[in-house]
Amino acid sequence: MLEVKNLKAHIDTTDGVVRAVDGVSFTIKPGETVGIVGESGSGKSVLAHSIMQLNPKPPTFYPQGEIIFEGKDLLQLQDKELRKIRGKEIAMIFQDPMSSLNPVFKIGDQLMEAILTHHHLPKSKAKQRAIELLTDVGIPDPEKRMNAYPHQFSGGMRQRVLIAIALACNPKILIADEPTTALDVTIQAQILELMKNIQEKYGTAIIIISHDLGVIAQMAEKVLVMYSGRIVEKGDVEDIFYRTSMPYTWSLLRSLPRIDSESRNRLLNIEGHPPNLIHPPSGCNFHPRCPFASEQCKMVDPELTKRSPEHYVACILSEMEFKEAKKRMENVEREGDLNHV
Amino acid sequence: MLRYTLRRLLAIIPVLLIVSIIVFMIVHLTPGNPAYLILGEDSSPEAIEQLEQQLGLDKPKVAQYFDWLGSIFTGDLGQSIYSEEPVTQIISERIGPTFSLMVISMLLTLLVAIPTAIFIVWKRNTMLDPLFLSGSLLGTSIPEFWLALLLVLVFGVTIPIFPVAGYISISESLMDWLHHLILPGIVLAAVEIGLIARMLRDSMLESVNQDYTKTARGKGVKESTVLMKHVFSNALIPTTTVIGVTIAGLLGGTVIIETIFTIPGVGQLLIDSIHRRDYPVIQGVVLVIAFVYVLINLIVDLLYAFLDPRIRYD
Ligand SMILES: Nc1ncnc2c1ncn2[C@@H]1O[C@H](COP(=O)(O)OP(=O)(O)OP(=O)(O)O)[C@@H](O)[C@H]1O
Ligand code: SF4
Ligand SMILES: [Mg+2]
Repeated sequence: MLEVKNLKAHIDTTDGVVRAVDGVSFTIKPGETVGIVGESGSGKSVLAHSIMQLNPKPPTFYPQGEIIFEGKDLLQLQDKELRKIRGKEIAMIFQDPMSSLNPVFKIGDQLMEAILTHHHLPKSKAKQRAIELLTDVGIPDPEKRMNAYPHQFSGGMRQRVLIAIALACNPKILIADEPTTALDVTIQAQILELMKNIQEKYGTAIIIISHDLGVIAQMAEKVLVMYSGRIVEKGDVEDIFYRTSMPYTWSLLRSLPRIDSESRNRLLNIEGHPPNLIHPPSGCNFHPRCPFASEQCKMVDPELTKRSPEHYVACILSEMEFKEAKKRMENVEREGDLNHV
Repeated sequence: MLRYTLRRLLAIIPVLLIVSIIVFMIVHLTPGNPAYLILGEDSSPEAIEQLEQQLGLDKPKVAQYFDWLGSIFTGDLGQSIYSEEPVTQIISERIGPTFSLMVISMLLTLLVAIPTAIFIVWKRNTMLDPLFLSGSLLGTSIPEFWLALLLVLVFGVTIPIFPVAGYISISESLMDWLHHLILPGIVLAAVEIGLIARMLRDSMLESVNQDYTKTARGKGVKESTVLMKHVFSNALIPTTTVIGVTIAGLLGGTVIIETIFTIPGVGQLLIDSIHRRDYPVIQGVVLVIAFVYVLINLIVDLLYAFLDPRIRYD
């Protein structure tokens, strides 16, 4: 249904061109959930905004690639045709619910705007539909809340309103850019639950973006791991979590806090900084931080290659080599820990 | 909102009291004896003394102030020394033209500034924006009197399509009223247009990539609607303050403009009264101007709260 092909989204800045998205390909089918995971600054939001064509142009430009939605390349469409897709076919909820609603308009009006932009309905009908939507996303007393202003809502409630806005025209794809990052843990769970229910009810395909692997594991069927504007590993959720084949994904998984005794509540962070996207490192972008990097990694830029029908990895190490390297590293660490005791 | 309004209304009283003290001091502590000025140079000391007594000028200054303050509260601003008419009556006769001038220039300002700002923000990535910036800077730095004289020369003398002096009241003829106020209105507006358009452009540019505009664009809303509805309504809030200051500033501008275009307004009355040492009128006019100033600020604050639900519902 949606196919992104070798997409590049670059941003002109005074310091140079930021290669925020640098050759990304993936597809999403109806009803499917694709998770995109990666550190802050890896280009997840720019990618999501590219699909909606919402990156400000300039400074953003698209030097290469295609975004094919139902046979049409969104990069080639006129603004007028794009607007027919935005909100109606593909809708998006944003990272920060606190600032994503217009503070000077009533909730109800903002919701009705989403409906009336695509449907010529009498106001009373639109209002009825808006109330239905608010009920759907679990806002209590929706009729009364239609007249409230955003600042009278909590963060979780605002995110529910934003989900209602996104669902207003029953889109085929819902893009959720870190929908729960700004919320506290209990609310996070509720919002994720809500999104799952909606998917079941309406068959919406979901692209969920997060730097939280827990969220991805819970929601996604397919996962894209992004690093410095590229996909470095993609596959089914099992491939990514149980058959991890790329050192960056492995580091991400290890950085999750664990509560089992063996790792003693250790919170590992990936060492080093995300790369400069104006002058990316030579060879494999991850080599300055990769625990398994060899001299070769500084020269060869590994392509995303197939390991199994759905599993793609961008690393020069073969599966065997990676397994051995991991084993060696774990042995070294165990010795290190013993020395500490 | 009601409590807020009441509180703000009450706050006017101390401000006006302080203004009244300052006005009184300025008028009464400037050198020059009004009685002497009224009677002329070769008047006898007795006559001057008698007039001073009559006007209450022989009393201590503090007593004079409280006399004046007391009568203000009964709505009496005293009598003109020059024409012997009540000051309230003189001012109310003159306030119409000044008010008209302010309304016209404010309408002109908003009518030009708002669409200009929106248009510039719409074309924000083109050469129009730097062009606009230099234009608005130029506009704000034109001296009023110079522009006034230029316009009089061009549209009053060379191509005489506008009258260059005088005033027709709106009740006599709407068209004549407008015709007489266009040139002075343009002069007053010229300075403010640049300022307000610039302010509005700046705050619109600040909102133009805010998250809520993404939500709006994400709904499929047209860019022009995003700008005119979502961005403008937010950018207007900080701009109202500037608009308020501008309107208040127009009061000062009218003094010069009324003199150049001989419009019988409050500004001209003030200048005339200063020449005549007609101190009850001077005091009255300054007090009324101060009152209007405070009132405008109050209205702007209320408008601010009205435009911003985050304040309105506090
Ligand atoms: N308008 C912009 N101007 C310059 N650089 C930008 C701009 N927007 C994004 N970038 C850069 O593009 C890169 C990708 O940003 P993006 O917002 O997509 O990251 P992200 O993966 O969404 O991170 P986060 O988890 O923090 O949301 C970052 O390095 C960022 O600095
Ligand atoms: S190619 Fe080399 S540097 Fe890159 S991830 Fe693989 S081992 Fe690490
Ligand atoms: Mg992001």
